[in-house]
Amino acid sequence: MVHFLIHEAADNVGVAVVDLPAGMDCDGRNLTDNTALKARTEEAIPLGHKIALKDFAVGDSVTKYGCEIGRIVQPVKAGHHVHIHNLKTKRWA
Amino acid sequence: MTKRKILGYRRENGRVGVRNHVVILPVDDISNAACEAVANNIKGTMALPHAYGRLQFGEDLELFFRTMIGIGSNANVAAVVVIGIEAGWTQKIVDGIAKTGKPVKGFSIEGKGDIRTIADASYQAKEYVQWASELQRTECDLHELYISVKCGESDTTTGLSSCPTVGNVIDKHCAEGGTASFGETSELTGAEHIVAAKAIDDEVRKEFFAAFEDYTKLVFSQKKDDLSESQPTKGNIAGGLTTIEEKALGNVEKLGKRTKFVGCLAPAVAPTKQGLWFMDTSSAAAEAVTLWAASGAVIHLFPTGQGNVIGNPIEPVIKLSGNPKTVTTMQEHIDLDVSAILQGEMTIDQAGDALLEMIVRTANGRLTAAEALGHREFSMTKLYRSA
Repeated sequence: MVHFLIHEAADNVGVAVVDLPAGMDCDGRNLTDNTALKARTEEAIPLGHKIALKDFAVGDSVTKYGCEIGRIVQPVKAGHHVHIHNLKTKRWA
Repeated sequence: MTKRKILGYRRENGRVGVRNHVVILPVDDISNAACEAVANNIKGTMALPHAYGRLQFGEDLELFFRTMIGIGSNANVAAVVVIGIEAGWTQKIVDGIAKTGKPVKGFSIEGKGDIRTIADASYQAKEYVQWASELQRTECDLHELYISVKCGESDTTTGLSSCPTVGNVIDKHCAEGGTASFGETSELTGAEHIVAAKAIDDEVRKEFFAAFEDYTKLVFSQKKDDLSESQPTKGNIAGGLTTIEEKALGNVEKLGKRTKFVGCLAPAVAPTKQGLWFMDTSSAAAEAVTLWAASGAVIHLFPTGQGNVIGNPIEPVIKLSGNPKTVTTMQEHIDLDVSAILQGEMTIDQAGDALLEMIVRTANGRLTAAEALGHREFSMTKLYRSA
């Protein structure tokens, strides 16, 4: 079963395609070239939500679709939930 | 591959429609009551009540007339009865629709009152609906259909599955000589470089950036925060989308992999040649689909993640979703389930073929979920306050 997907090799977050509990070893895939990936959840990630695939510091950019989707405003460790509490738009600010 | 065929209505001007509506069109808000009365008297007709049409001016008024005339001119409409408070603007809309060659007649209320107007218009509507009921579908090429695309209540699954499925159809439809249109100017923010790279030449690219920058200026002149209360929406956020950039990058998956767009359209303006077109639209679903219907689009493809329920009175809206929860919890709204893509059990190409098949069935007469559920959102785009 696929647990999470990324769009491009450069992506540093994955998208959960099922509800993921905390502490789970997950199998992921790159949609573009079908490469297999691994990640471990450190907290629950609901279907459709993003899991950090690396540690982020404040000010880091998050990459998805091979493009920047915003900047980190709270430190995030790999395996944690990336969403509105720690990621903000770089536009319209 | 042999060209796919559909059974459509070929109108007087050669355009192909997939529905056969007789529309009772109010020129203004105060004529809604008369139009609804006529539609109640004469079964098989449909009134399109709306909120505007009085004291508009300038570009906003031009857009208003373009929208009204465009809706009446759409190939999904067989004939039109127009009712307005006064004769002048009523006749202007009648004359605009008459250019298509389809039957259209106007009635004005001033000096006569609602009741006599309703009676006169009802006689005409009855004649039109009986005439239209005898029109037959004929074989047409699938690529003769003008298709519009826009997603709503998006989440991260739309960018992974339903939007690329639409993109696959855009590639196939446009390669066959079809016409299509995308828009949602504000929701391209963060992916505008990807859209710009798909412009067919520098001229078109420049036009696209002009429309995009115009919208960005409006956002900056009116905004009170970073818009995070509006974009992404609460539904988007519940579905895992965090920023406008992320939303936009999923959105532009609908543009396909190979197709270049051939031109830029102002709101509610009809494409002048085949190919993919950018239209400068709002990202609000009902407003945007209404603009495309007014530009002549006869089928709309609507990917949704969290489950937007929108429909349009004259342009069938086909909904597809790749969210495995939504296709179950909101099953009655979804025409095509592409959730198997997330587990790698369906390719984007297979999903595109399934969507093409659903387009053919819809064109041939299958009611969409939105049609069956009575979703007839007719929402005019208003540019600024009236005089």
